[in-house]
Amino acid sequence: MTTRIVELRQGILKKNDELARGLRQRFTSAGVLVLNLVSSPGTGKTAFLERTLRDLLARGSRAAALVGDLETDNDARRLAASGAPVRQINTHGICHLEAEMVAKHLEGWDLAGLDYLFIENVGNLVCPSSYDLGEAVRVALLSVTEGEDKPLKYPTLFNSADAAVITKIDLAGPCEFDREAALKNIRAIRPGIRVFETSAKTGAGMAEWLEYLKELRVRHAGS
Amino acid sequence: MHELSIVSSIVDSVTESLAVYHGARVTEVRLRVGALAAVVEDSLQFCYGIATEGTSLEGSKLVVQILPVIVHCAACGADGEIESLQSFSCPHCGEPVSDLRQGRELEVESFEIEEGEIEKAGEAVTP
Repeated sequence: MTTRIVELRQGILKKNDELARGLRQRFTSAGVLVLNLVSSPGTGKTAFLERTLRDLLARGSRAAALVGDLETDNDARRLAASGAPVRQINTHGICHLEAEMVAKHLEGWDLAGLDYLFIENVGNLVCPSSYDLGEAVRVALLSVTEGEDKPLKYPTLFNSADAAVITKIDLAGPCEFDREAALKNIRAIRPGIRVFETSAKTGAGMAEWLEYLKELRVRHAGS
Repeated sequence: MHELSIVSSIVDSVTESLAVYHGARVTEVRLRVGALAAVVEDSLQFCYGIATEGTSLEGSKLVVQILPVIVHCAACGADGEIESLQSFSCPHCGEPVSDLRQGRELEVESFEIEEGEIEKAGEAVTP
Protein backbone atom coordinates (compact mmCIF):
# COMPACT_ATOMS: atom_id res chain seq x y z
CA MET A 1 0.00 0.00 0.00
CA THR A 2 1.52 3.32 -1.04
CA THR A 3 0.33 6.85 -0.44
CA ARG A 4 0.58 9.38 -3.17
CA ILE A 5 -0.36 13.05 -3.43
CA VAL A 6 -1.85 14.07 -6.74
CA GLU A 7 -1.53 17.78 -7.55
CA LEU A 8 -4.64 19.02 -9.26
CA ARG A 9 -4.69 22.84 -9.01
CA GLN A 10 -8.04 22.95 -10.68
CA GLY A 11 -10.86 25.45 -10.27
CA ILE A 12 -13.83 23.74 -8.69
CA LEU A 13 -16.21 25.64 -10.96
CA LYS A 14 -14.02 24.99 -13.99
CA LYS A 15 -16.89 23.59 -16.01
CA ASN A 16 -19.05 26.65 -15.34
CA ASP A 17 -16.13 29.02 -15.96
CA GLU A 18 -15.36 27.40 -19.33
CA LEU A 19 -18.99 27.56 -20.39
CA ALA A 20 -19.16 31.19 -19.27
CA ARG A 21 -16.07 32.04 -21.30
CA GLY A 22 -17.71 30.50 -24.36
CA LEU A 23 -20.88 32.50 -23.73
CA ARG A 24 -18.91 35.71 -23.30
CA GLN A 25 -17.27 35.16 -26.69
CA ARG A 26 -20.66 34.50 -28.27
CA PHE A 27 -22.11 37.67 -26.72
CA THR A 28 -19.15 39.77 -27.80
CA SER A 29 -19.19 38.55 -31.38
CA ALA A 30 -22.98 39.04 -31.55
CA GLY A 31 -22.52 42.59 -30.26
CA VAL A 32 -25.02 42.19 -27.43
CA LEU A 33 -24.33 43.73 -24.02
CA VAL A 34 -25.19 41.24 -21.28
CA LEU A 35 -25.96 42.29 -17.71
CA ASN A 36 -26.40 39.98 -14.74
CA LEU A 37 -28.73 41.47 -12.10
CA VAL A 38 -28.27 40.20 -8.56
CA SER A 39 -29.96 41.08 -5.28
CA SER A 40 -31.94 39.69 -2.36
CA PRO A 41 -35.46 38.47 -3.02
CA GLY A 42 -37.83 41.45 -2.86
CA THR A 43 -35.38 44.17 -3.87
CA GLY A 44 -37.44 44.89 -6.95
CA LYS A 45 -35.26 43.42 -9.68
CA THR A 46 -38.27 42.54 -11.77
CA ALA A 47 -39.94 45.96 -11.42
CA PHE A 48 -36.63 47.66 -12.22
CA LEU A 49 -36.12 45.42 -15.23
CA GLU A 50 -39.71 45.92 -16.44
CA ARG A 51 -39.14 49.64 -16.43
CA THR A 52 -35.71 49.32 -18.06
CA LEU A 53 -37.06 47.09 -20.86
CA ARG A 54 -40.01 49.39 -21.48
CA ASP A 55 -37.83 52.51 -21.58
CA LEU A 56 -35.21 50.86 -23.83
CA LEU A 57 -37.83 49.63 -26.28
CA ALA A 58 -39.42 53.08 -26.35
CA ARG A 59 -36.03 54.49 -27.36
CA GLY A 60 -35.77 52.01 -30.20
CA SER A 61 -33.27 49.66 -28.56
CA ARG A 62 -33.60 45.91 -28.88
CA ALA A 63 -33.57 44.26 -25.46
CA ALA A 64 -34.42 40.81 -24.12
CA ALA A 65 -34.36 39.12 -20.73
CA LEU A 66 -33.77 35.77 -19.10
CA VAL A 67 -35.25 35.53 -15.65
CA GLY A 68 -34.29 32.99 -13.00
CA ASP A 69 -36.54 31.74 -10.23
CA LEU A 70 -36.86 28.50 -8.35
CA GLU A 71 -40.42 28.02 -9.57
CA THR A 72 -43.20 29.78 -11.56
CA ASP A 73 -43.07 31.86 -14.71
CA ASN A 74 -44.72 34.87 -13.05
CA ASP A 75 -41.72 37.13 -13.60
CA ALA A 76 -41.34 36.17 -17.25
CA ARG A 77 -45.00 36.98 -17.83
CA ARG A 78 -44.63 40.34 -16.08
CA LEU A 79 -41.54 41.22 -18.09
CA ALA A 80 -43.00 40.04 -21.40
CA ALA A 81 -45.73 42.67 -21.04
CA SER A 82 -43.01 45.20 -21.91
CA GLY A 83 -42.98 43.71 -25.42
CA ALA A 84 -39.43 42.37 -25.10
CA PRO A 85 -38.59 38.70 -25.71
CA VAL A 86 -38.38 37.02 -22.30
CA ARG A 87 -37.63 33.51 -21.14
CA GLN A 88 -38.03 32.04 -17.70
CA ILE A 89 -35.38 29.77 -16.19
CA ASN A 90 -36.75 27.60 -13.40
CA THR A 91 -33.93 26.24 -11.29
CA HIS A 92 -36.19 23.91 -9.23
CA GLY A 93 -34.43 24.46 -5.95
CA ILE A 94 -31.01 25.63 -7.08
CA CYS A 95 -30.25 28.97 -5.44
CA HIS A 96 -28.40 30.61 -8.34
CA LEU A 97 -28.13 30.57 -12.13
CA GLU A 98 -25.29 28.71 -13.84
CA ALA A 99 -23.78 29.27 -17.27
CA GLU A 100 -25.25 26.00 -18.53
CA MET A 101 -28.81 27.13 -17.72
CA VAL A 102 -28.22 30.40 -19.56
CA ALA A 103 -26.80 28.61 -22.61
CA LYS A 104 -29.75 26.22 -22.71
CA HIS A 105 -32.30 29.03 -22.62
CA LEU A 106 -30.64 30.98 -25.41
CA GLU A 107 -31.39 28.28 -27.97
CA GLY A 108 -33.11 29.67 -31.02
CA TRP A 109 -32.53 33.32 -30.09
CA ASP A 110 -30.83 35.58 -32.60
CA LEU A 111 -28.31 37.29 -30.31
CA ALA A 112 -27.01 39.49 -33.11
CA GLY A 113 -30.49 41.00 -33.33
CA LEU A 114 -30.23 42.28 -29.74
CA ASP A 115 -28.56 45.32 -28.21
CA TYR A 116 -29.07 44.28 -24.59
CA LEU A 117 -29.69 41.01 -22.80
CA PHE A 118 -30.55 41.14 -19.11
CA ILE A 119 -30.21 38.10 -16.91
CA GLU A 120 -32.24 38.44 -13.72
CA ASN A 121 -30.59 36.05 -11.29
CA VAL A 122 -32.36 34.12 -8.54
CA GLY A 123 -32.93 36.42 -5.55
CA ASN A 124 -29.94 35.58 -3.36
CA LEU A 125 -27.03 37.67 -2.14
CA VAL A 126 -24.60 34.82 -1.61
CA CYS A 127 -24.44 32.05 -4.17
CA PRO A 128 -24.81 33.92 -7.49
CA SER A 129 -21.50 35.68 -6.85
CA SER A 130 -19.56 32.45 -7.51
CA TYR A 131 -21.10 31.73 -10.90
CA ASP A 132 -19.94 33.57 -13.97
CA LEU A 133 -22.71 33.68 -16.58
CA GLY A 134 -20.59 35.23 -19.31
CA GLU A 135 -22.01 38.67 -18.57
CA ALA A 136 -20.15 41.86 -19.40
CA VAL A 137 -21.49 43.68 -16.38
CA ARG A 138 -22.69 42.49 -13.01
CA VAL A 139 -25.18 44.78 -11.30
CA ALA A 140 -25.97 44.51 -7.59
CA LEU A 141 -29.30 45.96 -6.48
CA LEU A 142 -30.27 47.16 -3.03
CA SER A 143 -33.65 48.61 -2.06
CA VAL A 144 -34.31 51.36 0.46
CA THR A 145 -36.49 48.90 2.39
CA GLU A 146 -33.43 46.78 3.19
CA GLY A 147 -30.75 47.78 5.68
CA GLU A 148 -28.13 50.32 4.61
CA ASP A 149 -25.51 47.92 5.94
CA LYS A 150 -26.39 45.12 3.54
CA PRO A 151 -23.25 45.68 1.44
CA LEU A 152 -21.18 45.19 4.61
CA LYS A 153 -23.05 41.99 5.43
CA TYR A 154 -22.65 40.57 1.91
CA PRO A 155 -19.25 41.88 0.81
CA THR A 156 -18.63 38.99 -1.58
CA LEU A 157 -21.46 39.96 -3.85
CA PHE A 158 -21.09 43.72 -3.68
CA ASN A 159 -17.36 43.46 -4.24
CA SER A 160 -17.90 41.44 -7.41
CA ALA A 161 -20.35 43.98 -8.87
CA ASP A 162 -19.50 46.47 -11.62
CA ALA A 163 -22.39 48.79 -10.83
CA ALA A 164 -24.91 49.18 -8.02
CA VAL A 165 -28.55 50.23 -8.21
CA ILE A 166 -30.54 51.49 -5.26
CA THR A 167 -34.22 50.75 -5.93
CA LYS A 168 -37.54 52.04 -4.56
CA ILE A 169 -36.19 55.51 -3.71
CA ASP A 170 -39.80 56.75 -3.75
CA LEU A 171 -40.05 54.91 -0.40
CA ALA A 172 -36.86 56.42 1.06
CA GLY A 173 -38.75 58.86 3.29
CA PRO A 174 -41.20 56.45 4.96
CA CYS A 175 -38.37 53.92 5.38
CA GLU A 176 -36.08 56.55 6.92
CA PHE A 177 -33.45 55.37 4.48
CA ASP A 178 -30.03 56.77 5.33
CA ARG A 179 -28.74 57.53 1.84
CA GLU A 180 -25.28 58.69 2.93
CA ALA A 181 -24.70 55.54 4.97
CA ALA A 182 -25.81 53.30 2.11
CA LEU A 183 -23.50 55.02 -0.39
CA LYS A 184 -20.63 54.92 2.08
CA ASN A 185 -21.14 51.20 2.70
CA ILE A 186 -21.37 50.32 -0.99
CA ARG A 187 -18.17 52.23 -1.66
CA ALA A 188 -16.37 50.72 1.33
CA ILE A 189 -16.87 47.31 -0.27
CA ARG A 190 -16.40 48.36 -3.88
CA PRO A 191 -14.43 51.59 -4.15
CA GLY A 192 -15.16 53.62 -7.26
CA ILE A 193 -18.36 51.77 -8.22
CA ARG A 194 -21.11 53.66 -10.13
CA VAL A 195 -24.28 53.86 -8.06
CA PHE A 196 -27.72 54.63 -9.51
CA GLU A 197 -30.59 55.76 -7.31
CA THR A 198 -33.82 54.74 -8.97
CA SER A 199 -37.54 54.26 -8.68
CA ALA A 200 -39.27 51.97 -11.16
CA LYS A 201 -42.54 53.51 -10.01
CA THR A 202 -41.80 57.20 -10.58
CA GLY A 203 -39.02 56.76 -13.14
CA ALA A 204 -36.53 58.68 -10.99
CA GLY A 205 -32.92 57.95 -11.90
CA MET A 206 -33.88 55.92 -14.97
CA ALA A 207 -32.53 58.44 -17.48
CA GLU A 208 -29.08 58.28 -15.90
CA TRP A 209 -29.23 54.46 -15.85
CA LEU A 210 -30.22 54.26 -19.52
CA GLU A 211 -27.44 56.68 -20.41
CA TYR A 212 -25.01 54.39 -18.57
CA LEU A 213 -26.29 51.38 -20.54
CA LYS A 214 -25.65 53.26 -23.75
CA GLU A 215 -22.12 54.15 -22.65
CA LEU A 216 -21.47 50.53 -21.70
CA ARG A 217 -22.54 49.32 -25.11
CA VAL A 218 -20.18 51.73 -26.81
CA ARG A 219 -17.36 50.76 -24.46
CA HIS A 220 -17.88 47.02 -24.96
CA ALA A 221 -18.34 47.28 -28.70
CA GLY A 222 -14.99 49.03 -28.85
CA SER A 223 -13.14 46.48 -26.74
CA MET B 1 -26.38 27.20 0.13
CA HIS B 2 -24.70 26.19 -3.08
CA GLU B 3 -22.14 24.12 -1.20
CA LEU B 4 -23.71 20.86 -2.38
CA SER B 5 -23.20 21.87 -6.03
CA ILE B 6 -19.62 22.84 -5.20
CA VAL B 7 -18.93 19.58 -3.43
CA SER B 8 -20.44 17.63 -6.34
CA SER B 9 -18.04 19.44 -8.69
CA ILE B 10 -15.15 18.48 -6.40
CA VAL B 11 -16.20 14.84 -6.48
CA ASP B 12 -16.44 15.00 -10.29
CA SER B 13 -12.98 16.58 -10.77
CA VAL B 14 -11.27 14.19 -8.39
CA THR B 15 -13.05 11.15 -9.84
CA GLU B 16 -12.01 12.22 -13.33
CA SER B 17 -8.34 12.56 -12.33
CA LEU B 18 -8.53 9.32 -10.42
CA ALA B 19 -9.36 7.29 -13.52
CA VAL B 20 -5.67 6.62 -14.22
CA TYR B 21 -5.01 5.30 -10.71
CA HIS B 22 -6.87 2.02 -10.86
CA GLY B 23 -8.14 0.75 -7.58
CA ALA B 24 -6.90 3.76 -5.64
CA ARG B 25 -8.83 5.09 -2.69
CA VAL B 26 -8.89 8.80 -1.86
CA THR B 27 -7.93 9.58 1.71
CA GLU B 28 -7.77 13.37 1.65
CA VAL B 29 -8.80 16.27 -0.59
CA ARG B 30 -7.22 19.70 -0.13
CA LEU B 31 -8.99 22.87 -1.19
CA ARG B 32 -7.85 26.46 -1.48
CA VAL B 33 -10.76 28.79 -0.79
CA GLY B 34 -10.55 32.57 -0.89
CA ALA B 35 -12.20 34.53 1.91
CA LEU B 36 -14.42 36.13 -0.75
CA ALA B 37 -15.41 32.88 -2.43
CA ALA B 38 -18.84 32.84 -0.78
CA VAL B 39 -18.60 29.36 0.63
CA VAL B 40 -18.90 28.27 4.23
CA GLU B 41 -16.51 25.60 5.42
CA ASP B 42 -19.02 23.97 7.79
CA SER B 43 -21.51 23.57 4.94
CA LEU B 44 -18.80 22.20 2.69
CA GLN B 45 -17.86 19.62 5.32
CA PHE B 46 -21.48 18.67 5.87
CA CYS B 47 -22.22 18.28 2.16
CA TYR B 48 -18.93 16.48 1.54
CA GLY B 49 -20.01 13.52 3.63
CA ILE B 50 -23.22 13.21 1.62
CA ALA B 51 -21.77 13.82 -1.83
CA THR B 52 -18.89 11.36 -1.44
CA GLU B 53 -21.08 8.45 -0.33
CA GLY B 54 -20.69 5.51 -2.66
CA THR B 55 -17.78 7.14 -4.54
CA SER B 56 -14.00 6.53 -4.38
CA LEU B 57 -13.89 9.57 -2.10
CA GLU B 58 -16.09 8.05 0.58
CA GLY B 59 -14.57 8.40 4.02
CA SER B 60 -11.89 10.84 2.89
CA LYS B 61 -11.00 13.96 4.79
CA LEU B 62 -11.67 17.41 3.36
CA VAL B 63 -9.00 19.97 4.26
CA VAL B 64 -9.93 23.57 3.55
CA GLN B 65 -7.28 26.26 3.45
CA ILE B 66 -8.83 29.72 3.65
CA LEU B 67 -6.86 32.37 1.77
CA PRO B 68 -7.03 35.97 2.97
CA VAL B 69 -7.97 38.80 0.62
CA ILE B 70 -4.82 40.40 -0.84
CA VAL B 71 -5.18 43.70 -2.67
CA HIS B 72 -2.88 45.81 -4.76
CA CYS B 73 -2.93 49.51 -3.98
CA ALA B 74 -2.74 51.79 -6.99
CA ALA B 75 -1.86 54.74 -4.75
CA CYS B 76 1.17 53.38 -2.88
CA GLY B 77 1.97 50.39 -5.08
CA ALA B 78 2.05 47.91 -2.22
CA ASP B 79 0.26 44.57 -1.94
CA GLY B 80 -1.32 43.66 1.35
CA GLU B 81 -4.00 41.80 3.22
CA ILE B 82 -7.13 43.85 3.93
CA GLU B 83 -7.92 44.20 7.60
CA SER B 84 -11.61 43.44 7.29
CA LEU B 85 -14.05 42.35 4.63
CA GLN B 86 -16.08 45.44 5.48
CA SER B 87 -13.45 47.84 4.26
CA PHE B 88 -11.56 47.50 1.01
CA SER B 89 -8.77 49.89 1.79
CA CYS B 90 -5.01 49.61 1.60
CA PRO B 91 -3.52 48.25 4.86
CA HIS B 92 -0.46 50.46 4.31
CA CYS B 93 -1.79 53.86 3.26
CA GLY B 94 -5.54 53.59 3.80
CA GLU B 95 -6.58 54.44 0.23
CA PRO B 96 -9.63 52.60 -1.16
CA VAL B 97 -8.60 49.63 -3.29
CA SER B 98 -10.43 47.62 -5.93
CA ASP B 99 -7.58 45.58 -7.40
CA LEU B 100 -7.89 42.10 -5.91
CA ARG B 101 -4.87 39.82 -6.12
CA GLN B 102 -6.19 36.98 -3.97
CA GLY B 103 -9.42 36.05 -2.23
CA ARG B 104 -11.78 34.59 -4.83
CA GLU B 105 -10.03 31.22 -5.26
CA LEU B 106 -12.12 28.10 -5.22
CA GLU B 107 -9.93 25.22 -6.24
CA VAL B 108 -8.87 21.69 -5.52
CA GLU B 109 -5.17 21.94 -4.78
CA SER B 110 -4.42 18.23 -4.50
CA PHE B 111 -5.71 14.95 -3.22
CA GLU B 112 -4.09 12.06 -1.46
CA ILE B 113 -4.62 8.48 -2.51
CA GLU B 114 -3.76 5.08 -1.21
CA GLU B 115 -2.83 2.75 -3.99
CA GLY B 116 -3.28 -0.97 -3.74
CA GLU B 117 -1.45 -3.68 -5.66
CA ILE B 118 -2.31 -2.17 -9.03
CA GLU B 119 -0.24 0.88 -9.84
CA LYS B 120 -0.99 3.77 -12.15
CA ALA B 121 -1.77 2.42 -15.60
CA GLY B 122 1.08 2.69 -18.05
CA GLU B 123 3.47 4.24 -15.56
CA ALA B 124 6.56 2.73 -13.98
CA VAL B 125 6.17 1.86 -10.33
CA THR B 126 7.92 4.40 -8.13
CA PRO B 127 8.87 3.26 -4.66
